[in-house]
Amino acid sequence: MNIPVEAYFILSTLLFFIGVYGFVARKNLISILMSVELVLNAANINFVVANRFLYPEFMEGHIYSLFVIAIAAAETAVAISIIINVYRQKRNIDAKSINELKY
Amino acid sequence: MEQLANLAPYVLILPLCMFLILGLFGKKMCPKVSGIVGTTVFGVVSVISYYIALQYFFSGEFQVGDTYQQVTLFNMEWLRMNQDLVISIGFLLDPLSAIMLIVISTVSLMVHIYSMGYMHGEGGFQRFYAILSLFSFAMLGLVVATNIFQMYIFWELVGVSSFLLISFYYFKHSAVRAAKKAFIVTRFADMFFLIGILILSYYTRTFDFDKLTFINEGHVDAVFNSDLRTMTFLGFPVISIAMFLIFLGGAGKSAMFPLHIWLPDAMEGPTPASALIHAATMVVAGVYLVARLFPIYSFETPHVLQMISYIGAFTSIFAAIIACAQTDIKRVLAFSTISQIAYMMVALGVSGYGGVNGLGYTASMWHLFTHAMFKALLFMAAGAIIHAVHSNEMDAMGNLRKKLPITHITFLIACLAIAGIPPFSGFFSKDEILVAAFETNKWVFAVEYFVAGLTAFYMFRLYYRIFWFGEPEEGYEHEPHEAPLNMTFPLMFLAAVTVITGISWAFGKVSFTELISSDFTSYEIHTHWNIALPSIGAGVIGILIATFLYLEKTGRPNKAVSYIKKPYLWAYNKFYIDEIYLFVTNNIIFQRICQPIAWFDRHIIDGFMNLLSWVTNKASQETKEVQSGYVQQYAWVFIMGVITITLLSIYL
Amino acid sequence: MEYLTASNIIFFILAAAILLFGILTVTSTKILRAATYLFFTLFSIAGLYLQLSYEFLAAVQLSVYAGGIVILIVFAILLIKGLGEDKEINLGQRRIMGLVAAIVGSFTCAITIIKFGFMPEYEIATEMAKSVDMKLIGTTLMGTEKFEYLLPFEAASILLLACIVGSIAIATKSKEVNK
Repeated sequence: MNIPVEAYFILSTLLFFIGVYGFVARKNLISILMSVELVLNAANINFVVANRFLYPEFMEGHIYSLFVIAIAAAETAVAISIIINVYRQKRNIDAKSINELKY
Repeated sequence: MEQLANLAPYVLILPLCMFLILGLFGKKMCPKVSGIVGTTVFGVVSVISYYIALQYFFSGEFQVGDTYQQVTLFNMEWLRMNQDLVISIGFLLDPLSAIMLIVISTVSLMVHIYSMGYMHGEGGFQRFYAILSLFSFAMLGLVVATNIFQMYIFWELVGVSSFLLISFYYFKHSAVRAAKKAFIVTRFADMFFLIGILILSYYTRTFDFDKLTFINEGHVDAVFNSDLRTMTFLGFPVISIAMFLIFLGGAGKSAMFPLHIWLPDAMEGPTPASALIHAATMVVAGVYLVARLFPIYSFETPHVLQMISYIGAFTSIFAAIIACAQTDIKRVLAFSTISQIAYMMVALGVSGYGGVNGLGYTASMWHLFTHAMFKALLFMAAGAIIHAVHSNEMDAMGNLRKKLPITHITFLIACLAIAGIPPFSGFFSKDEILVAAFETNKWVFAVEYFVAGLTAFYMFRLYYRIFWFGEPEEGYEHEPHEAPLNMTFPLMFLAAVTVITGISWAFGKVSFTELISSDFTSYEIHTHWNIALPSIGAGVIGILIATFLYLEKTGRPNKAVSYIKKPYLWAYNKFYIDEIYLFVTNNIIFQRICQPIAWFDRHIIDGFMNLLSWVTNKASQETKEVQSGYVQQYAWVFIMGVITITLLSIYL
Repeated sequence: MEYLTASNIIFFILAAAILLFGILTVTSTKILRAATYLFFTLFSIAGLYLQLSYEFLAAVQLSVYAGGIVILIVFAILLIKGLGEDKEINLGQRRIMGLVAAIVGSFTCAITIIKFGFMPEYEIATEMAKSVDMKLIGTTLMGTEKFEYLLPFEAASILLLACIVGSIAIATKSKEVNK
C-alpha cells in the first residue's frame, strides 16, 4: 500500500513549523534566513505533492516550485547583501539590534 | 439723465481704482507723483459729482412742479441670497445725496490738495493718499446708496478707513490706542445699526430707500403695511426699537453722547485726515442716516425723533462746555464738531414733514453743508498753525496774526461763521435751526440758544489764544512762517465758499429751501429777525467775553477760572466720561463678567480638552511599546494571529 | 507488513532525514553547522522529489538550493566575523515563544489534516508515477497558451536581474560607511 497523501502534508507542516520556530527563536540574521528557506521548502513540498497526487496530468505545482526556487535564490541574494551591509554598520548581525523602525 | 447715468459709476470707480493703484504700487512711485495723481483723479471725481449735482438741481429735468424726483442712476445686483433677499449696489440721486456729493467732493478735494503740503516729507505719503482715496470712495458710496444695506457696507468701509487714517502714525502708541478706541466704539454702535436694519427690513421685506420712504396718505407705506405697525416688544413698539437702534448706529458715527468718546482721541491722526473725517464727512454720516430715513422717523416714530432732539441738545451743550476748557486746539475743534453735529441732530429732531414744517430738516442739511466747509477750514488752518509752531497746545502759540496772515484771515472768517455772525454762512443755517427749535420745543430752543453763545465764546477764545494774547513765554523754536500755497489755497477756497454762500443767501440769490426740503418740494421762508437778532446778540456776547479775557495776556482768565474752579476742572477732564467708561469696562465688565467667563474657559473648557489630549497621549505612550521594531516579535504575533483565525474559522 | 515496501521505506527515511536535519538546522549553536544541516535537509527534499519522479525539480533543487543558496550562506557566514556561536539561543524568551508558535501551529494543522483528510480517489498509482518529459517542461515555460508560463518566466528573469543589481548596490561599500 502506498503512502497516504496526508503523510506528505504532515511532513511539510512539521517542516514549516520548524522553520517558524527558527525564525522566531534564532538570534542572528543568517539563521533566520535559513529558517525562511525551510519554510519555503515546506511550501514547495506541498505544491509538488498536491500536483502529483491530486492532478497528475497537469504540471502547475511543478512549475510553481520552479518559480519558488528562483525567487528564493533572488531573495537569498538580496537578503545576504543586506545582512553584510548591516554588519558593516553595526559590527554584528543580531536581529535584536535592528530596531530602527520602532515607534 | 442717460448722460448722468453713464457718468455716475465713475464717481465710485475712480477713487476705488486710485486706492488700489496707490495702495499696491505706491511704494514704487515717488511721493510727489502719487500725491499729484491722487489729487488729479479726485479732482476729476469732484468735477463729475459737481456736474451730476448741478445738473440735478438746475437742469429742471428732474423736477416735477416744485418737487425734485428721486432717481436711481444705476442699480446692479451685488449679492443674491434667495428670491427675495437681494443686495444691490447703486446710485440714488435726490437733493439729499446731491448735496452730500458736493460737500464730500469739495472737502475731500481740498484735503487732497492740502495734504500735498502738510504731509510733505512724511513717511508713508503714498499710503496716506491711498487711504484718502479709500475713504472718499466709501463716503461717496455711502451717500449715494440706493438701499440701506449698501449704506451699511459703505458705513463699515468708512469705519475701516477712518481707523487706518487715525492710526496713520502707527509707531505712536497714542495713535494706535485712539484708532482702536474709535474703531471699537463706532463698531459697537454699528452693531445696533445692523440689528435695527435687520428688524426693519425683515418686516418690511425691502432694503430699498425708495420703498422704505414712500409716503402714502400720511403713512410710510412699507412700514404701515407690515406687521411692524402693531407689534410690540417689552411694551415698546418694535418699529420704535428698530428706528432707535438705527439712530444709535448714526450716533456712534456722529459722536453723540455717550458714544462721543472716540472723536477727541481721534485727533491723533494727521490733521488733514481730521479735517476730512471729523469735520465734514464721516461724522455727518449719522445725520445723513437720520435724514435719509426721515419719513419713517417723522410719520411712524415721532417719539424717537423727539428723543433724538433731546440727545442732540444734551450733546451739543455738553460738548460746548468741554470745548471751553480744552487747551489742545484740535481737541477744541473736535468738541466743537461734536456740538455742531448735535446741532444738526436737534434740527432733524424738531423738524416736521413737508413744507414749512420741514424747516428743521432743511436747516439741518444746510448747516451740514456750511459746517462742513468752515469746520474743514478750521481744521486745515489749525493744521497750518501746528505746522508752523510744531505743537498742538495753546500755550505754545500766541500773537501769530502777523506771521500767518492768510491763516489768520481765513480762521477769523470761519470763527465768525461758526459764531453765527452775518453775513457769513453759519449765521443763516444756525438761525434756521433756532427758528425750527423755537417753533417746536422751547426747552430745546433755550439750550441751543445758550450753546450758540458758548460756541462763539470758545471759538473766539481759540482765535485770540492763537492769534493775539501775546507770545508764549519761552518764545518760538524758530520763527513761524506762512504755509506754502498748496496749504493756503484750500483755506482761501473754503473761506470764499463760506462767505459767498452766506452773502448769496443774504441777498436771496440762492435759497436753500428751494434745493432741499423734507419732501423735496421747495417752499418760501423769511429770516425771522425776532429770533435772529437775539442769536446774533448771543454770539456777540460770547465774542465780547472772549475778547475781554483773551485779547491781551492778563491775569483775567486765571481769575475767571478761580471763580468756577470745580466746574472748570470737570470740563477740563471732559466730565470724566472716559474714566467712567474705563471703570465700567475694567471693573464691571472685565472683572465681574469676563474674568469668570475666562476662568470657566480656561479651566473647564480647556481643561476638558486637555484631559482628552492627556488620555490620548498616555494611551499612545503605553501602547506604542507594541511597535518594538523587532521583526521576530512581529512574525510571532502574525503567526499566532493566523493560527487563531484558522482555529476560529474551522472549529467554531 | 504491507507498509514495508521499498518506496515506503525510502519515504520514511527521507521524511525522518528532513525533519531531523531541519530541527538540527534551527537548534544548532554553531552557525556553520546549521548551514551544513540545512544543506542536508535540502538534499533530502530533493530525494523526496526524486521519489515522486520529478527528476528535473530534484535537479534544480540540488543545483540551485544546495549548490547555490547554501554556498551563498556559507560565504556570508565566513565573511562575517565572530559568527561562530549562537550564544543566546538557550532558554531565551524568544525560544519559548517560538516553541509555543511551532507546537500550537503544527498541532492545529496536523489535526485538521488528519480529521478532514483528502479525497480517497486520488491515490498515487505506480503507473502514474512516471517522470515528466523535459521537452514538456520547456514548452510549458516558454508557451503563451493556457497553462503556459512565458510571462511569469520573463518576470522571474527580470526579478533576478533586479536582484543582482540590487545586491551589488546594497552590498557595495559606500564612501559614507568607510568614513
